[in-house]
Amino acid sequence: MANSDCIVLQGGNMAEAHPVGFQWVAEAKARGATVIHIDPRFTRTSAVADRHIPIRAGSDIVLLGALINHVITHDLWFHEYVIAYTNAATIVTEDFADTDDLDGLFSGFDPESGTYDSDTWEYAQAGGGEVEDAGGEKGEQSSTEGDHGPGDQLGSGGAPLENAQVERDETLQHPRTVFQLLRRHYSRYTPAMVQEMCGIDAETFAALAETITSSSGRDRTTMWGYATGWTQHTSGAQFIRAAAVLQLLLGNVGRPGGGIMALRGHASIQGSTDIPTLFNLLPGYLPMPVAGLHDTLADYLDVVSGPGQKGFWGNADAYTVSLLKAYFGEHASAENDWCFDHLPRLTGPHGTYQTMMEMLDGGVEGYFVVGQNPAVGSANSRAQRLALAQLKWLVVRDLSLIETATWWKDSPEVASGELRTEDIETEVFFLPAATHVEKAGSFTQTQRLLQWRHKALDAPGDCQSELDFYYHLGVRIRELLAGSADERDRPLLEMTWDYALDEHGDPEPESVLKEINGYEVVPASGEGGDRTAGEGPGEAGDEGGGSAGSEAREGVGRALSGYAELAADGSTACGCWIYSGVYAEETNQAARRTPHGGDGPAQAKWGWAWPADRRILYNRASADPDGRPWSERKKWVWWDEEAGRWTGSDVPDFPAELHPHHRPEPGTGGVDGLAGDDPFVMQSDGKGWLYAPKGLVDGPFPTHYEAAESPVRNALYTQQQNPTRMLYPRGYNLDAPSAGEAGVEVYPYVFTTYRLTEHHTAGGMSRWLPYLSELQPEMFCEVSPALAAERGLTHNDWATIVSPRAVIEARVMVTDRMRPLRVDGREVHQVGLPYHWGVGEEAIVTGDAANDLLGVSLDANTQIQESKVASCDVRPGRRPRGAAAEELVADYNRRAGVTPQTGNQRLTDPEQEGRG
Amino acid sequence: MSPISPLEWPVLRQLRGRDALGRGPAVTSATTRELTSRNARADRVVQSVCPYCAVGCGQRVYVTDERVTQIEGDPDSPISRGRLCPKGSASEQLVNAPGRQTQVLYRAPRSTRWQPLERDTAIDMIARRFVQSRRRTWQDTDEQGRPLRRTMGIASLGGATLDNEENYLIKKLFTAAGAIQIENQARI
Repeated sequence: MANSDCIVLQGGNMAEAHPVGFQWVAEAKARGATVIHIDPRFTRTSAVADRHIPIRAGSDIVLLGALINHVITHDLWFHEYVIAYTNAATIVTEDFADTDDLDGLFSGFDPESGTYDSDTWEYAQAGGGEVEDAGGEKGEQSSTEGDHGPGDQLGSGGAPLENAQVERDETLQHPRTVFQLLRRHYSRYTPAMVQEMCGIDAETFAALAETITSSSGRDRTTMWGYATGWTQHTSGAQFIRAAAVLQLLLGNVGRPGGGIMALRGHASIQGSTDIPTLFNLLPGYLPMPVAGLHDTLADYLDVVSGPGQKGFWGNADAYTVSLLKAYFGEHASAENDWCFDHLPRLTGPHGTYQTMMEMLDGGVEGYFVVGQNPAVGSANSRAQRLALAQLKWLVVRDLSLIETATWWKDSPEVASGELRTEDIETEVFFLPAATHVEKAGSFTQTQRLLQWRHKALDAPGDCQSELDFYYHLGVRIRELLAGSADERDRPLLEMTWDYALDEHGDPEPESVLKEINGYEVVPASGEGGDRTAGEGPGEAGDEGGGSAGSEAREGVGRALSGYAELAADGSTACGCWIYSGVYAEETNQAARRTPHGGDGPAQAKWGWAWPADRRILYNRASADPDGRPWSERKKWVWWDEEAGRWTGSDVPDFPAELHPHHRPEPGTGGVDGLAGDDPFVMQSDGKGWLYAPKGLVDGPFPTHYEAAESPVRNALYTQQQNPTRMLYPRGYNLDAPSAGEAGVEVYPYVFTTYRLTEHHTAGGMSRWLPYLSELQPEMFCEVSPALAAERGLTHNDWATIVSPRAVIEARVMVTDRMRPLRVDGREVHQVGLPYHWGVGEEAIVTGDAANDLLGVSLDANTQIQESKVASCDVRPGRRPRGAAAEELVADYNRRAGVTPQTGNQRLTDPEQEGRG
Repeated sequence: MSPISPLEWPVLRQLRGRDALGRGPAVTSATTRELTSRNARADRVVQSVCPYCAVGCGQRVYVTDERVTQIEGDPDSPISRGRLCPKGSASEQLVNAPGRQTQVLYRAPRSTRWQPLERDTAIDMIARRFVQSRRRTWQDTDEQGRPLRRTMGIASLGGATLDNEENYLIKKLFTAAGAIQIENQARI
């Protein structure tokens, strides 16, 4: 960040939520960079930025789209970069119809299922031929529910294409080039539209456009930083795509001081996405198999690494087989498809909100909650708590007795009589956890950097790490199943679970890290490849015990040096291919601690960055098509003609010896298919995608839709909301009417939720600490003086906030930091709510949970909820207690005419638009 | 403690030494002079990483008599250069928090209170419930006969506050068990 010439922070409050990381923004500013903060609220970030631009929550694509339009119309895009490195020149099939043609929809929408068939979004094929391997069949697959969630599956590159042989027109004149489609798509995103929808005047917009374009090009780079202010929307993935399109047009990707930075909020939230505790992924962004789509290993690999596509996903067979070898060891063989059938299959989205609804329906018996506090921290947290009461058993592992552990005796629902402790059947186990200093292990931070924590001391009492707990739970489960002849128990019994143990009989974390890194498989002596049949489950069960202090694991050979060593023939095992190299040379590279990272601009001798210790992804783009740095000032990686290889300040993110002028034989797939000017080596055509022919379920171009609940009409199209958003019309998940619907005036205000420096998420790691509790003791709401006057709210007094889901109370903070915006011809008031507090008896500070107010409407790409924009009313005074609280909400909903169907229509009735 | 001597009278020290205005060493008591920081007295210093947000600030953990006495920013870290925010600075209290639980607790169905439980017993009880729930809710195939090999009866939430190695074991164990509903904060 310090290398940037302009930093735009949008959809986040970096100075508040990442104060120490923010020093690099401050450093860039001290070196002359311009810092701009675009946010509904004036925050700690705004206070130290050069400029704060207030924006209506949820209207970001209008602003970014207008910037794209500005850059194209005024010819400010980086021609050489865009033509060589993006898909601007690629021609799209003539079947594609844009939102301009269909008033807010793309071609291929099925109103019944609410999904798109993306067949008509594909690239035209070179030579005008048909897609090689049956596009029709793929199309059918892509409309299944199982395709939901690919936004998250693509954390390490773009979507697979059947064939990367594309038709290009580098003059960009062909009307169906991506560039011309892009120009047309954003032509209606004008400064006037920005004024009308975002509440940003034309002068401010012009100044913003001037700053970012003059800070981009050969010699300068602009960076965007975002957080959950972008992800937590029903079009969240597209907010980020819009920034990616703009940054590619400006040539700001793969270069120092450029890019789009995800400012993530938990110590290892990146790690838990890479090595996912997520339903839809296997380690390294390999998808979980889906019934009907991935029935065999061959089907799976065909879909993941489409045979003709370019780049490193072409080796997905090696990544997958090596993962299965890591999971199932000697049992995985070529004859049994490497135990591919041991993997369970998905049949749709099985995210945390779908799971909550299944709990409410009685379908879930047991639930583990580890280091998370959904009774406070998940949207519609009231429904979360009611769902917990439907479980047979619940295991909570945390440092303190968080609300998710104690809801059965002290939740608001117990206080109101809705739940009665004596009637709740749920068994609850609370197991105390070890803190970060009482165990060794690695976090992966927001910049893809793995850092090892050394253990400082043993955990007190019964406290235990998750590593120890899950290891011993696995051992115990395998003991209980030992001897079972049941087919369903084989994966558990055949799983490798024999990690090296310490003197207490607990697993050595480095033993697990080595498996993640990958190792050469040492064939068992005297054994052939046909091992599975005669293997007694009992024997496998015994393996689980391990042997105390054991060093070498059976079958585990030399640690691999990186993912290039992985093979698809069973000779390598690797638990997460993108992390391969973190334990190269039997050395824990994540534990590197050379002060300040050593010499050199990459400061690389501190920790280890995936993949292959690269600090800037796609850094081939930091050089021009001939391999020379774009400028002396922004040099990073370049081609050394004499040495015949790429070199520079970082590990090149490109085949080391691939000449910039190399052109492969047409039709070559995989790594060999990469041309010398294909910097985006994880994309199936080697190019940065201004247009996504596949991979997003809600359209190839980012398009503005209003939030699921919005008092403002979508002025761009008739279609009001994202038509693919996940809808859950249930009695406990009601939506407020939007603009144009009767009753919209009952919930007239927009609220948004956020964090404070002094607390952490749902409070489990902050509301039990005396210092932090003293610094931020009480739940509050931020309102403008104008809204305070309109509703009779008094600073420091109480306010009651009502949504269709719940009612909460908060202290009033009247502040100029909240500014009413003039949008769509009228004043729009916004209310700010921090979400750290919860109701319980154990924490030092408690308060109502902002998440009680939120409903569950999800981005269909990511299954992430919309928690940055929703509708509410605000009134002075404390909320009613007991059953009267529910009555108040019911009364509001009666007045607004809210039913489970409200706000849950996929397509907007054109008649309705006129009434907005 | 140095012996009491009239020469140590602060006024004399002011006149004798360079601290004529009496704002420094001349008025420092022997007790103060002998104070050393608890960090200097620590038995060991261990390098760690802050457990809150994803920036990854370096921490130095000071341990005395098997107790964490202080956690400070690590000046060697190229990420944080020794700085910590209010949360990172308070993380000593995370370890030594008055409300921290160190005992396994169990709440039986319809009970109004917790009761203590041995940790091994708890793990055994959880393992048994895991196996039973898995058996009861097993789905072998879908309605079209395609393999599912899974249970929808067991779910898990959490991971973004845990280590990579821990997430790896959770995903591996649950996947082998056919429990697909695993989620963490990345979805939220």
